Amino acid sequence: MIEIKGLTKKYGSFYALNDLNLTLEEGTVFGFVGANGAGKSTTFSILATLLQPTSGDAFVNGKSVKTDAHEVRKQIGYMPDFFGVYDQLKANEYLDFYGASYGISEKEREVLIPQLLELVNLSHKRYDYVDLLSRGMKQRLCLARSLIHDPKVLILDEPASGLDPRARVEMRDILRQLKGMGKTILISSHILPELAEMCDEIGVIDGGKLIAHGSVADIQAQLAGEKQITVKLQGLLENAVHFFEEDPFVSKVELATEKNAITFTYRGTEEDQINLLKKALDHSLKIISFTETETDLEDVFMEITKGVK
Amino acid sequence: MKQLLANPVLVKEIKLRFRSLKSFTGILFYLIAMCIFVFGFIMLTTSFTGTGYFRPEESFFMFAMLTYIQLGLILFITPGLTAGAISSEREKQTLNILLTTSQTSFQIIFGKLTSSIAFLLLLVVASLPIYSLVFLFGGVSPGQLGIIFLFFFLTMLAIGGIGIMYSTIIRKTIVAMIATYGTMIFFTAVTGFIYLVITGMNSMAAGTLASSPIAHFFASINPVVLMLTLISPGSDSFITEATKVDLPIWVGYTIFYTCITVLSIIIAVKKLRVNMKRTR
Repeated sequence: MIEIKGLTKKYGSFYALNDLNLTLEEGTVFGFVGANGAGKSTTFSILATLLQPTSGDAFVNGKSVKTDAHEVRKQIGYMPDFFGVYDQLKANEYLDFYGASYGISEKEREVLIPQLLELVNLSHKRYDYVDLLSRGMKQRLCLARSLIHDPKVLILDEPASGLDPRARVEMRDILRQLKGMGKTILISSHILPELAEMCDEIGVIDGGKLIAHGSVADIQAQLAGEKQITVKLQGLLENAVHFFEEDPFVSKVELATEKNAITFTYRGTEEDQINLLKKALDHSLKIISFTETETDLEDVFMEITKGVK
Repeated sequence: MKQLLANPVLVKEIKLRFRSLKSFTGILFYLIAMCIFVFGFIMLTTSFTGTGYFRPEESFFMFAMLTYIQLGLILFITPGLTAGAISSEREKQTLNILLTTSQTSFQIIFGKLTSSIAFLLLLVVASLPIYSLVFLFGGVSPGQLGIIFLFFFLTMLAIGGIGIMYSTIIRKTIVAMIATYGTMIFFTAVTGFIYLVITGMNSMAAGTLASSPIAHFFASINPVVLMLTLISPGSDSFITEATKVDLPIWVGYTIFYTCITVLSIIIAVKKLRVNMKRTR
């Protein structure tokens, strides 16, 4: 559905994108992770036919953004990270304007607009002026706008940025529904754990280069088998710290923020981990719990981008 | 034609324009200005002559003044309406979304231009009852008025086109507006000055007047000169004598401003979206 081949965007000697290659199948929800200025919005702008690449090409459903821009526009629904709305236009008129802009007939628009407003939970705001809506409502309305022509691909540039927790949850629920509809969704976000929950694949971009791409599990596996283990104990922690520090697979032993607990990084196999626990019990350590802390996407991102220039 | 007028940008712009109080106050002040002039002129003329009546010659003079006021207002308002058409969308961060719709660049530019021209036409049409007073007193034919309105329309289109072009190629509305006003001042004042300089130099250098197509060209593209020749036909004979070019001013004006309109629209359409096909 999406194919990006050697996409490069240069501003003078600065590479905003450097030889980006990516292929996404139909129905994939792809999360684009990267720091500010990493190249996420540049990639999305090129896919939305708003920016000309210096070299390379991108294809949406087989149509090139360079030679078939008009066709690409029909296939995509684009929601930029920053966008404005027209003053003096009501929510239904806002959608009606964009529906007409995609060549949808008036009759179809009359049916479609209430459905879209329902999808984004804005039916009650149908006759309200868009500039008076809250930020979260504007984001949802913009999402409805990007769906008006039933695009196969949705390009959402930080759709949850600047939203309060409730609005973020609402946005996430809508995106889940869209995923259920089989849309191919490209989404970027700074709220990284949100992507883990929603995405089939994630791509980590830094300095204009795609430095990791795969399923969330694959990316987590790239952390070279490191695990973070938390042990909760009764009694003296110093003894426990000494004991774990002596193990060859253990590093970075620290007191945890949780009371009577220590954390450390473990590099051994599962068998080694069982032996470690057995040895600890034999050593008369009063262990209440021995748990592996889940590595979240935030940690993955920090680990992968560490040292990348 | 029906498809062109069903342009979503045109419909949206007209809707937004007429929901704003600014438009109504704009029309109101425009008509107040015209009324003050017309009724003031009639009152002053009748009280100064002491006759208590208004002659057709005076009516003609009033018509000439009204035409120049109308031209001045068109030259002043058109850049304000068009020079922000695209750049204000860019500033309000609505342009990117508009550009990802399947509307063609021509549809967007056409919608923006026609909505501004439609508002200007409304201003001109709204002033027709004031103009009709001229017919009450005589001195002017309806055909003459029709021709003048036709050239008003051409002038609006040309300045509107230039405004839209600047609005597309210049990011900031204020800069686009300055550029449009600058161009408009060039066409109305600088061209007249260049014409005078060239014909003056010609007469001094040769003693007798030599043919000067350049001077004729600058006179032809000046809206003030054109209006003069339209208000009093035959007045362009002094230009013909000075330049030795026997071409009516309106012909040069029509050709030049039609070309300017077309060229401006083409540039605006080409520059609205990035050229994805171009390789660097």
